[in-house]
Amino acid sequence: MTVASSFTGKVWKFGHDINTDLVIPNFAVMLPVEEQLQHCFNANRPGWVDEVQRGDVLIVGRNFGVGSARNIGAIFHGLGISGVVAESFNGLGLRNCINVGLPSLPCPGVLEVFEEGDVAEVDWRNGAVRNVTTGATTEGRPIPPQLQDLIAAGGVEDVLRSEGYLAEKTVTLR
Amino acid sequence: MGMNAIEKILANHSEQDVVRPGDVVMVDVDVTVQFDSARADVLKIANPEKLVLLHDHVVPAPTVMAANAAKRLREFAERFNVPNYFPVGKHGISHVLVAQEGYALPGQILVNADSHTCSSGALNCLARGMGGPEMLYILCKGQTWYQVGETTKVVLEGTLPERVYPRDIIHYIPGTYGDFAGRNLEWYGDGLAGIGMDGRLTMATISAELSAEFSLFPFDAVLAEYLEGRARWPFEPVFPDDDADYDQVITIDLSSLEPQIVLPDRVAWNTKGAREVGAEKIKVDQAFIGSCANGRISDFAIAAEILKGRTLAKGVRMIVTPGSQDIFQEAIRLGYVETLMEAGAVVTNSTCGACFGGHMGLLADGEVCITASTRNFKGRMGSPEAKVYMGSPATVAASAVTGVITDPRDLEKA
Repeated sequence: MTVASSFTGKVWKFGHDINTDLVIPNFAVMLPVEEQLQHCFNANRPGWVDEVQRGDVLIVGRNFGVGSARNIGAIFHGLGISGVVAESFNGLGLRNCINVGLPSLPCPGVLEVFEEGDVAEVDWRNGAVRNVTTGATTEGRPIPPQLQDLIAAGGVEDVLRSEGYLAEKTVTLR
Repeated sequence: MGMNAIEKILANHSEQDVVRPGDVVMVDVDVTVQFDSARADVLKIANPEKLVLLHDHVVPAPTVMAANAAKRLREFAERFNVPNYFPVGKHGISHVLVAQEGYALPGQILVNADSHTCSSGALNCLARGMGGPEMLYILCKGQTWYQVGETTKVVLEGTLPERVYPRDIIHYIPGTYGDFAGRNLEWYGDGLAGIGMDGRLTMATISAELSAEFSLFPFDAVLAEYLEGRARWPFEPVFPDDDADYDQVITIDLSSLEPQIVLPDRVAWNTKGAREVGAEKIKVDQAFIGSCANGRISDFAIAAEILKGRTLAKGVRMIVTPGSQDIFQEAIRLGYVETLMEAGAVVTNSTCGACFGGHMGLLADGEVCITASTRNFKGRMGSPEAKVYMGSPATVAASAVTGVITDPRDLEKA
């Protein structure tokens, strides 16, 4: 699996300090990913998982993904989110996005460029961000090329399996 | 320009001579820690001798799913002949156990999926949470990467006043400086001499709530004494170069600090003095002391001292959870468990438990919890309609006695 260097999609906007426990609530921690994602943002935005569509984009504030090791990348990947642009990322949250191959771009000030429902066009490898709806543009600060390549490779599982570290038949765990 | 201690540890474990902010560094990992579960499809692993396996978040298993995960961990330990396995009965919270059992060592790199892995920074050990997918990679290959952030040097001066604790220091910082996403913390200053290992472990653990990458304490007399007879393997502490680069320096006069409460739902820019919060007379339903942040023996000692000869306020339930079986036994020997139970508290088995609303001690709709555990996120400890305030163990114990959130300095007057 390879990931394209840009994505375009409808914007969902969230504020600062969006934490892991909002993405995966406590009662869902032990569930398989496909069940976990049904509860995403249950506490702060009930019903969102019924509205979000494959290809949509997350535009988020500072400190995105702060909190636990709960795999927010797997949830947004599972919901079909095409990429995340955040004013800043928590390191562990970013790593979990990278490791499932979810395009991620740090971009200070991005909340001011979009309203919810606008269409975003994001070159996450080079940093160009454009609001297709209004024509406004801004520049993100792309993650280093080595990490971009991990995203483009589709995540660690594919790499490990291709190198013979994992059995062919997978067992789904949390 | 020299390197700080974090950059030097990274350089020591990589092929780079010099490590700078902005670099992505590939490193060899020293110690790998895995809890609660393992995958059955792993065919080969890098270093079983330096792998630590244990049970903490959900132990003893509360569901069949958790029981099956625990079974896979046991089978994994057998399959790869992992010598450092802690079965149920020898269990404890991973970050508590790796310090207690001498696996987290100065100058070394320790990895664990869990976000509070930064706890081991208290031992001059470079550690941070890695998440499940990264742990799978490290388990197989023994290597990982870090994106190097800028580092804030925190200088602690003086001594803490009575009833003010390390927990209050680590609450004060995000209240005054906000989050540290993508940044590191290194701790120095003469004030450290008065902060023991339990307090340093609290501060390093809660650094995750500041969104910091690494939170590294220096190797000094306090740490040297702690490691005496405890360290499992040889180690080499790492000190910053004299001309090390720090992007920011924060100096804190400990003698001027007051007890600090983090208000519900988030940590950055969300702290108030306990006396100010106390004036609001916020009624408490549950009081909790435990977790990798405050489930250690000195936390039991503080709670027992405050609760000795007192009883919980009507309508308050209090849960105290030791960070390991060893701590539990010590708390029994020292009489703390009896004191807490006589006051009306529930002392539980060692587990992450109520801290993450996983399998016990959950909050109902509309309830208020005052907690010395790790997180105050909406829904963290149960219902999303509950409110979680965080304070030191003394603040929690004092609040349990009065029934409202209380500055522990004001307990006698209450």
